[in-house]
Amino acid sequence: MLNFLDAPHTLHLASLEVGHHLYWEIGGLKVHGQVFLVSWFVIGLLVVASLLATRNIQRIPSGIQNFMEYALEFVRDLARNQLGEKEYRPWVPFIGTLFLFIFVSNWSGALIPWKLIKLPEGELAAPTNDINTTVALALLVSLAYFYAGFSRKGLGYFAKYIQPTPILLPIAILEDFTKPLSLSFRLFGNILADELVVAVLVLLVPLFVPLPVMLLGLFTSAIQALVFATLAAAYIHEAIEGHGEEEHG
Amino acid sequence: MDPIVSAASVLAAALAIGLAAIGPGIGQGNAAGEAVSGIARQPEAEGKIRGTLLLTLAFMESLTIYGLVIALVLLFANPFAS
Repeated sequence: MLNFLDAPHTLHLASLEVGHHLYWEIGGLKVHGQVFLVSWFVIGLLVVASLLATRNIQRIPSGIQNFMEYALEFVRDLARNQLGEKEYRPWVPFIGTLFLFIFVSNWSGALIPWKLIKLPEGELAAPTNDINTTVALALLVSLAYFYAGFSRKGLGYFAKYIQPTPILLPIAILEDFTKPLSLSFRLFGNILADELVVAVLVLLVPLFVPLPVMLLGLFTSAIQALVFATLAAAYIHEAIEGHGEEEHG
Repeated sequence: MDPIVSAASVLAAALAIGLAAIGPGIGQGNAAGEAVSGIARQPEAEGKIRGTLLLTLAFMESLTIYGLVIALVLLFANPFAS
């Protein structure tokens, strides 16, 4: 560990803790407690919003029902744009969940003043700034597109590895590893970079100057959630359609 | 921690993020320029062009972010620190 790079703990206004975690021991496993706490908060928020929106459904929506219908239409359009009119419906829940969870996680890390809650070690922040969260999400996407391919084509799914020519087999296999790697690193890096830049600016100038960067952070976090969901949908579409006989309609 | 390893890590982190910024910088410039000329040629397609541009910019951005991840690993979770 490079000690001089850890932010000084005397400056509580902008303490910055990368690599410090609130460890919980659960059945011999060490888990990062602060990620769990914020994840539960995000999940709770989404569940409560969904329940409130669907508790008393009106024909003419208003208030939160209107808002959640807008969100649903947004993720539905996202899935439809990538997967096509015929295939998109069964994948809307998966892609929508990914998008909403990542989006609310990112924004909760930026908008909610978690710093006011003191933890014995580590700090509360967006769950997506922990590499474990993003790797888990990316592996879920991998499982999903393998499932999509197998359920559509059976063992014929493996034909795509040698489809145009078997020479590309190593690259096709490598692609299955680089997809979750790039997905997880992209999300993790972006969110962590946002929080680091904001924290460093707050350390230098505590008032007003970090505001534009915070707004930029909000913007990029929203875009990253969109990118993650879009890529997940694109990978699933690729597994369903295969490389050759693609017809867009 | 060995001071040589320490110094090399800091230098490598700086190089990782600096070099990783070059390519995406050029790429983003190209993409933005093309988008502007596309809008100039066909102003009614601005919304669609802007959406696609933002998405592609995020993809290019992520290349720099990979360099940043390497830099952060070197600084905060260095595997060579004994």
